Amino acid sequence: MMTASDDTAAKPAKRSSIDFKTIGPAVALLILCIIGFLLNPAFVSEGNLTNLLTRSAFIGIIAVGATFVITAGGIDLSVGSMAAAISGVMIIIMNNAVETMGSGVPTVLLGCGLAIVLGIGAGWVNGALTTKGKIEAFIVTLGTMGIYRSLVTYFADGGTLSLNFDIRGTYRPVYYDTFLGLPFPVWVFIAVAICGWLLLNRTAFGRYCTAIGSNEAVARYSAINVDRVKTLTYVIQGLCVSFATIIYVPRLGSASASTGVLWELEAIAAVIIGGTVLKGGYGRIGGTILGALILTTIGNILNFTDVISNYLNGTMQGLIIIVAVFLQRSDWKLGKSK
Amino acid sequence: MSVDTTAPAAVIEAVNISKSFGPVPVLFSVSMDVRPGEVHALIGENGAGKSTLMKILSGFHDPTSGQIRLDGKQTDLPPNGGAEKLGVVLIHQELNLAEQMTVEENVFLGRELKSNGFLDKAAMQATVRKYLDEIGLDISPTDRISDLTIAQKQMVEIVKAVSRNARILIMDEPTAVLTEEETQVFFRQVEKLKESGVGIVFVSHKLNEVKEIADRVTILRDGQWIDTRASSDLTPDMMAQMMVGRELSDLYPPMHEADVDAELVLEVQNLRAPSVNNVSFSLRKGEILGFSGLIGSGRTAVFEAICGLAPIEAGTIRLFGRDTGPTTVAQARDLGLAYLTKDRKEKGLLLDKKMRPNLTLFALPKFVRNFRLDSKAEEDALNRAIRRFDVRARDKEITVGKLSGGNQQKLLLAKIMECDPKIVIIDEPTRGIDVGTKQQIYHFIAALAAEGVSVVVISSEMPEIIGICHRVVVMREGHITGVLTGDHINENEIMRYAAGLKREELH
Ligand SMILES: Nc1ncnc2c1ncn2[C@@H]1O[C@H](COP(=O)(O)OP(=O)(O)OP(=O)(O)O)[C@@H](O)[C@H]1O
Ligand SMILES: [Mg+2]
Repeated sequence: MMTASDDTAAKPAKRSSIDFKTIGPAVALLILCIIGFLLNPAFVSEGNLTNLLTRSAFIGIIAVGATFVITAGGIDLSVGSMAAAISGVMIIIMNNAVETMGSGVPTVLLGCGLAIVLGIGAGWVNGALTTKGKIEAFIVTLGTMGIYRSLVTYFADGGTLSLNFDIRGTYRPVYYDTFLGLPFPVWVFIAVAICGWLLLNRTAFGRYCTAIGSNEAVARYSAINVDRVKTLTYVIQGLCVSFATIIYVPRLGSASASTGVLWELEAIAAVIIGGTVLKGGYGRIGGTILGALILTTIGNILNFTDVISNYLNGTMQGLIIIVAVFLQRSDWKLGKSK
Repeated sequence: MSVDTTAPAAVIEAVNISKSFGPVPVLFSVSMDVRPGEVHALIGENGAGKSTLMKILSGFHDPTSGQIRLDGKQTDLPPNGGAEKLGVVLIHQELNLAEQMTVEENVFLGRELKSNGFLDKAAMQATVRKYLDEIGLDISPTDRISDLTIAQKQMVEIVKAVSRNARILIMDEPTAVLTEEETQVFFRQVEKLKESGVGIVFVSHKLNEVKEIADRVTILRDGQWIDTRASSDLTPDMMAQMMVGRELSDLYPPMHEADVDAELVLEVQNLRAPSVNNVSFSLRKGEILGFSGLIGSGRTAVFEAICGLAPIEAGTIRLFGRDTGPTTVAQARDLGLAYLTKDRKEKGLLLDKKMRPNLTLFALPKFVRNFRLDSKAEEDALNRAIRRFDVRARDKEITVGKLSGGNQQKLLLAKIMECDPKIVIIDEPTRGIDVGTKQQIYHFIAALAAEGVSVVVISSEMPEIIGICHRVVVMREGHITGVLTGDHINENEIMRYAAGLKREELH
């Protein structure tokens, strides 16, 4: 909850362990980058780096939302399917709006607005079912994951939904254009990350999330509206999914049953690699960002080299996750025995 | 150390034990020994290092220097409860039961009886039932721990230890959560263990109990060994003085007469809620109202309902003359009503967080400036609270779970007072608190009342109810059986109402 810099009075032994947790993911990312550079100097070319950042924006944005859910002791498995369902509905609505509204900016705005409403709504449903319905978050989101996934398949009639060609032209810049040298998705990523960090670390809401994840009963006795805060974490997650979808749709201009597959796992992995505790009570937005970058970097490096097959991407990611969590564990033990 | 040459040889000995957590020293060359068949009490102020010493004696912590001798031989005790195999069993201050498992599963955890490779449930349940009958505990081996009261959980811990054939049984504040009656049952159990040659170490802040049950007493102050003496040489007053190192004035503050004409701040009529049956009472400005009764008589339930922590089924609640329907905890807080839970570990404090976020959690809206938390204001509040409530932490940055039990209680009190309530309900205000601090808390409560704050004290400790309350409500099985004032507030009267021998027709 508090950043390392708040620990001015901490004793040396403790400071080193806290610092380790903060810089661990950063060091890992740095090492990955060095490996990438050694394998192929083109890794650090400007083109590749912006590509890498853009790619990590999707998972990164979703993972910022996941940090809130996990910090408050919940879990959301439905994000990948939710992204697919939202893209599907966006495409259908925009395609249908072409006749009445044309293929200009208003149609795209309609689609984006709709995405945001859907994301918030879907998040609220997850939240309400876990809090008011008193069903385990794992079960609720496992259920909605299946529902959303099958809905896209149904909308696309088993195939692919394609965005109207003219709208694609209007919408394209959202993914492909740059501002001050950085692609738009990266700016969205930065904005979401900053807002997320402020919300989690500097507001009462963030403190409440942490408190609930740490001990729900204590939170309730401390005048915190536990149900509302938990529901809001799912709403934030939904909103983040909307943002990710809005920048994702212009990339391919289509949605199908395979859109967003396994995004939930990558998002959760990014959160955990970043040092957020899976059982709740301790969240780090900065770590999550690094986690998302690490995951994307692995894939990117494998693309660049023949030493390891690209098909082993999942293996590398899996190893990194396990090692990251292992390091956090042993670090905690160290802190305790001192 | 005072060595009695005729005494049997010690089973376990701590010799010149020092302990530091990081750079923070907590124990300074402390020695203590336990003989078979004796009760050795360890007393000292909150944070004196009692729990730490107990954890070292049972292998949960390693000493920084010094030795542990078992039967005269130097031993490195195995960590994490492994010392149980050597016959050294610790019952933690914070109970250590698997909440979701049954009584029987907990008692046999880690050494289940088996027949043909399968668990022998029948045999285990029979054994546990035998122990439960012996101890006079009215629960079933198949009950889930989470459904038991704290007192029952405590007894289960004792059953668990007894069933492990302990040679040395170390108990950290076992009676803190027990009523006097339960304590007597517990002491009979301790006597039995003693007769069978078990050496018992017993930590308690209730000095009368120490006098009653202990053979020898060791006193710690600020991590230093002060003395070890036969308890027959000591009186509770002497113990208290040796603990705090100064003369203690009156434990209870002088009683100011309550103003019987003061306005009513809280009126409860025919309240029905879970475990609460048709309860009516009122509270005046500046009054200290005691709630007495046996554990489970519904005292806590009444106030959890009033403060929005439990649903209200029927009845009216008037706060400051206005009807309030069911409120949320936050609404109750904003109206000036605050409840301090008796269960500080489970409901009171975030044990894995530091003091600052814990202190400000209940009154957090107060610390918001422009949608952001004002960390400077939080820090100031912490410094103020540490001074006002004398919270003693050698290191301000440790997580709250590492504070000594009494200091956790003081921090919890500070947390609740942070919202400046006009009515505060304190459930078991001095559980696990040393005499010196008890005195501070009683004076604090009296001062609050003098300032016009109304205080409800729920307590199972009769003397404190009698010592500080203007008026006492006695409950039994969810009903109010009597309301006592003035000279009627005495142990006898309270017991008769609490036990249901006497009942007042309430107007
Ligand atoms: N794991 C730990 N890390 C750091 N400090 C600790 C740890 N455990 C205990 N302390 C500190 O050691 C001191 C002694 O604590 P201890 O729990 O032994 O006191 P105690 O005598 O049992 O008090 P109480 O009567 O309140 O239970 C306290 O200042 C406490 O904050
Ligand atoms: Mg203790």
